[in-house]
Amino acid sequence: MTMEKRSFDTLIVGAGGGGLRAALQLSQADARVAVVSKVFPTRSHTVAAQGGVNAALANVSPDNWHWHMFDTVKGSDYLGDQDAIEYMCRAAPRAVYELEHFGVPFSRLDSGKIYQRAFGGQSRNFGGEQAVRTCAAADRTGHAILHSLYQQNIRARTHFFDEYFAVDLVQNQQGYFLGAVAMDIASGEPILIEAKTTILATGGVGQLFRTNTNALVNTGDGMAMALRAGIPLQDMEFFQFHPTGIAGKGMLITEGARGEGGYLLNGDGERFMERYAPNARDLASRDVVSRAIATEVREGRGVGPNGDHVLLKLDHLGSDIVKKRLPGIRDMVMTFLHIDPAETPIPVYPTAHYTMGGIPTNRHGQVVVPVQQGAEEPVPGLYAVGECACVSVHGANRLGGNSLLDILVFGRAAANHVIRHLKEQRYHQPLPEDASEPAMQRLARWNREGKGESIAGLRIALAKTMEEHCGVFRNQDVLREGQEKVLALRERLAEAYIDDHSQVFNTARIEAMELENLVDTALATVSSALAREESRGAHSRIDFPERDDQHWLKHSLFSLEDLKMDYKPVRIKPLTVESFPPKKRTY
Amino acid sequence: MSERTRLRWKCRRGMLELDLLFGDFLDSGYEHLDAGERQSFDHLLDYPDAVLLEWLMGRIQPTDKDVVQLVDKIRSAASD
Ligand SMILES: Cc1cc2nc3c(=O)[nH]c(=O)nc-3n(C[C@H](O)[C@H](O)[C@H](O)COP(=O)(O)OP(=O)(O)OC[C@H]3O[C@@H](n4cnc5c(N)ncnc54)[C@H](O)[C@@H]3O)c2cc1C
Repeated sequence: MTMEKRSFDTLIVGAGGGGLRAALQLSQADARVAVVSKVFPTRSHTVAAQGGVNAALANVSPDNWHWHMFDTVKGSDYLGDQDAIEYMCRAAPRAVYELEHFGVPFSRLDSGKIYQRAFGGQSRNFGGEQAVRTCAAADRTGHAILHSLYQQNIRARTHFFDEYFAVDLVQNQQGYFLGAVAMDIASGEPILIEAKTTILATGGVGQLFRTNTNALVNTGDGMAMALRAGIPLQDMEFFQFHPTGIAGKGMLITEGARGEGGYLLNGDGERFMERYAPNARDLASRDVVSRAIATEVREGRGVGPNGDHVLLKLDHLGSDIVKKRLPGIRDMVMTFLHIDPAETPIPVYPTAHYTMGGIPTNRHGQVVVPVQQGAEEPVPGLYAVGECACVSVHGANRLGGNSLLDILVFGRAAANHVIRHLKEQRYHQPLPEDASEPAMQRLARWNREGKGESIAGLRIALAKTMEEHCGVFRNQDVLREGQEKVLALRERLAEAYIDDHSQVFNTARIEAMELENLVDTALATVSSALAREESRGAHSRIDFPERDDQHWLKHSLFSLEDLKMDYKPVRIKPLTVESFPPKKRTY
Repeated sequence: MSERTRLRWKCRRGMLELDLLFGDFLDSGYEHLDAGERQSFDHLLDYPDAVLLEWLMGRIQPTDKDVVQLVDKIRSAASD
């Protein structure tokens, strides 16, 4: 088959905040940039971020980047790389002022300065009083960032391939990455996009879990593309859960609801948090509440015909309080459940929120892999930024407001590194004739005729398996069984077929390829979780309840080949300041 | 068929709330729309996610009458 081919200096897969920030920097430096996005760019998941972006501007409380750095290291449960964290926190104020310059309409204080709000985990003076660090554009920060960056890119003449699905990366025999094969979703036509450098910015993989807060597009495509290209994924066992998502749907109900006096009930009508956290009860930390809910359900004290959730009770607060203090929650619950939380308790279950792990990179966004026994080395031509990457600034647990910062800072840093690289790399590497063969086979595979299980059914089975076996409740037996089930699902998927072989807007084929990506990232997640025999940050093992710095202060690396686990040290040494040694994490 | 799948892809949004509302509506409500309403639905999907969210959560009333009706239908098609 002859295939269309286009050439660019840089190909960016993904048009969320990370991809667009990188694209803008490159286009402004006169590089020829292509951005591929499977959905229209301003429908990327970054649009969902409401809270804001962290930067120590000190507009509301005293603050500085060093305190921000301390909070981030501590929040990461000491698994974050301190050089990358120092770099990010120092760069934060500039990243925010740049946004202002790009046209993001930040909310304002009376003084005219950018408005900041307080978020959990923010402190002054290395663990002291609450700091106020999150810069916000009303409750539409992500939307404002995404739209401003998109407009700026149009102005800078970035070339967009809208509604193109990236299938696989292309590399030569020397392991040099040379672009990707994508498919125009509207026509079904494949295209080879050749590039001197490729940046993956495909976002997270919340769709792994039945109950999650993420948009449907978050299927970990870039992570799976990296895995298939022989690159390991880092720290995939660390997935952030929020205790109260709407059961079976996933949307967040903020802590505010419990802060106002709401509490949880099990199937026996018991206020069970009293058993798990006698003092803090329903306001205990996120992981404690999440695990308590999962335990109640596992032990048969759930609510509903399938006993698969618990209830969040607000009706005792009175309708005035609910309407006045929790209007957003009330709107959402009324829209989706057709019940008024001022009268009827809300069915809830822990919901998967953020992927801390991803494609390993250094602080320049270069994808790095271990080389034999030696130190890690950059993979030529390949970069990754944003939630699909693991740089690693979030370590075992991300702080709210730090992920928008991550995508901006490292989107820019990666682009700057690419610009330097392009100066030396004037010409495209020769592209082997069969370079796109693996990607084409992957596409062709879904044209096969036959009868098999449905993709939708398998996707539900995977999400359920991950929720039951790799959710907030983890121990060796549960995880091992989970790994076996994911492997079995992987085989079933290999035998599945789709009925629709048409070309135009064949969403069945896209969904099948997304499921392949989900299955591989699921395998990475459950295998890494099974291997890590300690509890740290978001990864909590019932059978290993303590953090174990002696054996586990290290990053996990999962490879698809033989499902191999490998490890590398955490970068404890910051760029210029003293390192923060691991301490017990208390708040 | 391809018209429906084109819309299905256009219903893929950046926010889970919208994914669910539009997805459910496409499965259960869309077929009952007349030709004009179908066109309005297509146009509705051109609005930014943040605007759609305000409308569909009932926080803000759209000014356009056609849109108001459509928003009501989408809200009532949301499955429990
Ligand atoms: C409900 C919610 C609220 C949040 N609030 C905050 C907050 O207040 N503050 C904060 O800091 N963080 C917040 N986060 C986290 C933050 O929004 C994300 O981590 C961040 O936006 C990710 O940006 P990204 O650029 O990495 O990826 P995304 O914005 O997810 O973009 C991914 C891009 O990749 C494209 N893509 C993916 N696969 C393919 C493929 N195969 N082919 C072509 N294109 C592809 C998509 O089309 C998209 O353009 C929130 C997250 C959620 C779920």
